[in-house]
Amino acid sequence: MTQLREKKDRDTTFSKPLFRSPFYDFFAAQETEGHWYDWNGYKSPTILSDEELEYFSIRSTCSVFDITPLNKYRIVGSQAEEFLNKLTVRNVAKQNVATVKYTLWCDQEGFVIDDGTLFRISDNDFRLCSQEKHLPWLIDTSHGFDVEIIDESKHVCGISLQGPTAASILRLLGVNGIDNLKPFHLFQTKISNIPIMISRTGFTGDLGYEIFMKNNVADKFIERVWNAGTNHGLTAIGYNALNMARIEAGFIVANVDFISSDHAIRPNRCRRPDDLGLGWLVDLKKGFFNGKKAILNSKLEDSAAFKIYTLEIDGKEPAEGSVIYYNKKDEVGTVTSAIWSPMTKKSIALAQLKLGSSKSKMENLWVEIYSLKELQYHKLMKKVSIVKPPFINLARRSACPPSNC
Amino acid sequence: MEKNFDVIVIGSGHNGLVNACYLQKAGLNVLVLEKNDWIGGAAVSRELHPGILYSNCSYVCSLFRPEIMRDLELPKHGLQIVAIEGGTVFTRDGDYLASFRNYHAKKRELERFSVKDSESYSRYSRDILKQCRFIQPLLMRTAPDPASFKFRDLSEMLYLLRKVNDLTASELADTVRFWTMSISDFLDEYFENDVIKASLAVSGIIGTALGPMSPGTAYVLLHHYMGEVDGSIGAWGYARGGMGAISKALTSSFRAMGGTLLNNSEVEKVDIRGARVKGVILKNGDEYLAKNVVSNADVKRTFLKLTDPEHLPPNFIKKVNNFKIRGSSGKVNIALDSMPNFPVISENNPCLKGDIHFTDSIERMERAYDDWKMGTWSRDPFLDMMIPTLTDPTMAPPGKHFMSCFVQYCPPKVGGKSWTKENKDAFGETVIQQISDYSPGFKDKILHMEVRTPKELEEEVGLTEGNIFQGELTFDQLLFNRPIPGYAQYRSPIKGLYMCGSSTHPGGGVMGAPGRNAAVEILKDLNLPDSDIRDAYEVL
Repeated sequence: MTQLREKKDRDTTFSKPLFRSPFYDFFAAQETEGHWYDWNGYKSPTILSDEELEYFSIRSTCSVFDITPLNKYRIVGSQAEEFLNKLTVRNVAKQNVATVKYTLWCDQEGFVIDDGTLFRISDNDFRLCSQEKHLPWLIDTSHGFDVEIIDESKHVCGISLQGPTAASILRLLGVNGIDNLKPFHLFQTKISNIPIMISRTGFTGDLGYEIFMKNNVADKFIERVWNAGTNHGLTAIGYNALNMARIEAGFIVANVDFISSDHAIRPNRCRRPDDLGLGWLVDLKKGFFNGKKAILNSKLEDSAAFKIYTLEIDGKEPAEGSVIYYNKKDEVGTVTSAIWSPMTKKSIALAQLKLGSSKSKMENLWVEIYSLKELQYHKLMKKVSIVKPPFINLARRSACPPSNC
Repeated sequence: MEKNFDVIVIGSGHNGLVNACYLQKAGLNVLVLEKNDWIGGAAVSRELHPGILYSNCSYVCSLFRPEIMRDLELPKHGLQIVAIEGGTVFTRDGDYLASFRNYHAKKRELERFSVKDSESYSRYSRDILKQCRFIQPLLMRTAPDPASFKFRDLSEMLYLLRKVNDLTASELADTVRFWTMSISDFLDEYFENDVIKASLAVSGIIGTALGPMSPGTAYVLLHHYMGEVDGSIGAWGYARGGMGAISKALTSSFRAMGGTLLNNSEVEKVDIRGARVKGVILKNGDEYLAKNVVSNADVKRTFLKLTDPEHLPPNFIKKVNNFKIRGSSGKVNIALDSMPNFPVISENNPCLKGDIHFTDSIERMERAYDDWKMGTWSRDPFLDMMIPTLTDPTMAPPGKHFMSCFVQYCPPKVGGKSWTKENKDAFGETVIQQISDYSPGFKDKILHMEVRTPKELEEEVGLTEGNIFQGELTFDQLLFNRPIPGYAQYRSPIKGLYMCGSSTHPGGGVMGAPGRNAAVEILKDLNLPDSDIRDAYEVL
């Protein structure tokens, strides 16, 4: 895994510590009033022009978002499937070629390290995408397997096209087979001789596609996409807009809605799949996998742990970072993500709550919101209802063939 | 001159001054006696070349407790701790591994050497922080005596046990391993690249007469990691004006409270009558009286030189004799006419503002230690160099520089014999030659040089064998075993005689915690309130 040391660029490590994605110039050109942040070591936009308008492009036309900063691990070899079955909690043997599965992986104590998407490109060829970096853990787990783990993060780039007109834009680009591509399926193709891998996936709960390619074709590719999107409302977006959409879709983010066990320093911060509402992913019938024994044991205990809940909150104030109380006085947890949802016209939130199994507790929850009005805080105590995720369920997300708007 | 005091503190090292300040603040009349005509012990800045201020011994600051700075109003008395940028290891193959405060810049440099190691760094930091969380709160508490049934010892033991109980089984296993394993083995669990390992192993051996492969060195790393600059754990800073600025601020605070400090006053003996302290007798014959004497000197100097053996139990003397306090390092301080040139690195690279090393493998460090075991200084020593004048404008005129070179390993005696002038010159030459290998023309820039072997450190500063920690920081000499089982609470077998130096818990480094903790115990014995001594901040 040791790579040759690059001496020529070594001064940029301190003068420009954040990487630029191959799409950086394109997105920077779309910026009218830009705000940038550090996403996994890449300089990435939070807002390019207008947060709300960027959000509405996801829900009404089409958005383009740079997903290059995701970590991308290529896993190849005759035992790739066996290795991934040890690494992740789902049964990879049941995953067909040309499909994508949302999955997660745990440490030996059954605590979640991260979640991500697993692309099965062929029988023995996978791509694993994740928010956090995991090369040492993948290599540790690969001991004894005939498998090669290649960190493609710096060599493969990607964009996400999300929104009702996404399919139309791809049709215009001449992507054959887009009409037959079902959700969580993928295929490899070429657009004007540019090789790409396209999957019907995304982080918005809407119709959308993720497209990966080699760094060296990025410029050419994004130019084609941008031109094709002219009459379909294609809008370049930053993370804030995507974040609104993902909360509406009820998706969680590592180290925002839960702390990865790779990062947790304090006791009791780690979470098991059940605590994240993702117990359904875990296949306890398959053979050994990382954390299996601990997860099995934890099922025998009375869980007193914090769990993630999806919440609707009275009133119109978003509740980001607020404390949640039982009976208006006993602290039971914290809101981890929250917005005013334009699609549901509700204040919605994801929160970590410690409620145990008491049903009555769930009926009597309140959130304390500090709302700043002209330099004075209005302290609000609003009723909280626990609801089932997702907050939105759009028919167009899974319609096949996708709509023709 | 007044001869009667409530408390006499022997030595104006930072712990002695911290202790004196707290006691003076509590209303006692305190006298500090310093043998040199300068103050500060090993936290000292002297102008040895016109216009250029040195940090003659200690050279960076991280461990000094912010609670103490605040209690004693040291910022008001001129103390500023400034964060440091960067650090680098030059490699023999003509490259370097730089380090930066910026997280991504740091990771990208690691990536040049190993992508896997760069990613492992997060897990490594997490695990060290976990250990810091466990240990850091113990720094500002007197260690409990496990053999005692006194309420406070039991409750402190309970506190310790509760902290242990907070750990999961695997964390507890990690803690025990961390306290006992070698820094080399510890780093092997995370990293594959030798340059990266060597750069991180540094903190495991500094000031310690052990090699990176010796068990117990992982804890030494932790000890260096527990400090902070303004809440940034593990960060190091410069005291503006050199490390002597800390002693200066402490002295100013002490005098403002009405305390008395005398230079050129070397203590010959602690005056003990009837198993009780009466005062001290100076080398010049002067006598000062006090019912309480606090020694900032190390445990060997205090009980083998300053105290007559007739007052001490033989078992105690034996334990003091056996306390490990081995000299392992030297110091070469250099005044430079201009900034040294390192051709492989661009001039504007901020990593040069931090610590500069040339030791690019653990093996090389261990070989340097082998020389020490054979009773000589390392032929290929490990240097921890800093150029504080790139950050601090007060220490030299613009363009001129002060360079501090901490050198390891350097024995207290050469081949069993006392250091000679020839030895000392050859030692200095070894250091200069190593720097010149990476920085052509370095020798021509030298304006003045101060070479300090353990002999000078012992004679000038008073540190036995020149050991910078006043005793090794190995697990057998920590907590309730530091310095001696049964005497880990700053008291001695003699009523009224206390210890407050780095020989006591929690140990060395410019931390101030031993001085502060000792003040708490002394005030307890005198039935005086310690309400002016704040508890440790909750940091993590």
